[in-house]
Amino acid sequence: MSDIADRVKKIVVEHLGVDEDKVVESASFIDDLGADSLDTVELVMAFEEEFGIEIPDDAAETIQTVGDAVNFIKGAV
Amino acid sequence: MFDLTGKTALVTGASGGIGGAIAEALHGAGATVTLSGTREAPLRELAEKLGDRAHVVTANLGEAESLAALPKAATEAMGSLDILVNNAGITRDNLFMRMSDEEWAQVLDVNLSSVFKLSRSVLRGMMKARWGRIVNITSVVGATGNPGQGNYAAAKAGLVGMSKSLAYEVASRGITVNCVAPGFIATAMTDKLNDDQKGKILGQIPAGRMGSPEEIAAAVLYLSSPEAGYVTGATLHVNGGMAMI
Repeated sequence: MSDIADRVKKIVVEHLGVDEDKVVESASFIDDLGADSLDTVELVMAFEEEFGIEIPDDAAETIQTVGDAVNFIKGAV
Repeated sequence: MFDLTGKTALVTGASGGIGGAIAEALHGAGATVTLSGTREAPLRELAEKLGDRAHVVTANLGEAESLAALPKAATEAMGSLDILVNNAGITRDNLFMRMSDEEWAQVLDVNLSSVFKLSRSVLRGMMKARWGRIVNITSVVGATGNPGQGNYAAAKAGLVGMSKSLAYEVASRGITVNCVAPGFIATAMTDKLNDDQKGKILGQIPAGRMGSPEEIAAAVLYLSSPEAGYVTGATLHVNGGMAMI
């Protein structure tokens, strides 16, 4: 679990250029971390690559927060 | 003048006069090119003429499977895909009242929907690279209309709106999306016109002559270049002044 969460956090920090301590489970990519809609598409692409998974569009839409991403990826790997 | 060394480009409709000239211009500026079209022989011939850095992938953009395989094959052959030139197009001219659903659908499929699908599939690589060029070949008739070409004009005008929308979405990622709109260009197709037909056409063109495929290719080369990085959502009209828009 912590491994996945750490890797997700690292990707989010790198991609959005935000402080690590802001990337908490409840943080919304758009509302709290300043992502635009294209950033969220790119984050999903980065997750797919990092974890070797496919995230279909309807699932991607439900991934709003850091915790959402970690939970989805835990179920998919 | 423009240097595309290290860049990779896919040109659709490269077996035609304009597409072939575009591929030659990009290749001449140092790009690796993939030539695509339905007919293999003229593509091979052009690839041989170009020499190194030229690949051939045949595809029928009217067929879903063939269309989906094209960007993958081109990316595999070249290692990346930095520049997409959507040049392929067909005509199924008919008077509006006589135009069949099939004539309408075929032209919209190949000239508009295939461009949407190809562009969508190359965006991922361009977004990662933070660099990309999409150049769509439209037509003066997309802006002016043309009797007998309701389907063709609709598809070409559709490309302009689509390009602008996509240009908005990806501008912040270093990707530009533009159109080049040729007027009357001397190709195998216009060679078939008789003198009377040619005379009528030339009467509408202030420059007094048809354009050459190389003059279209030069516009595409510019929009593909690093120097054109601040030009996006634009349509460059190359028509000898026949429509100043």
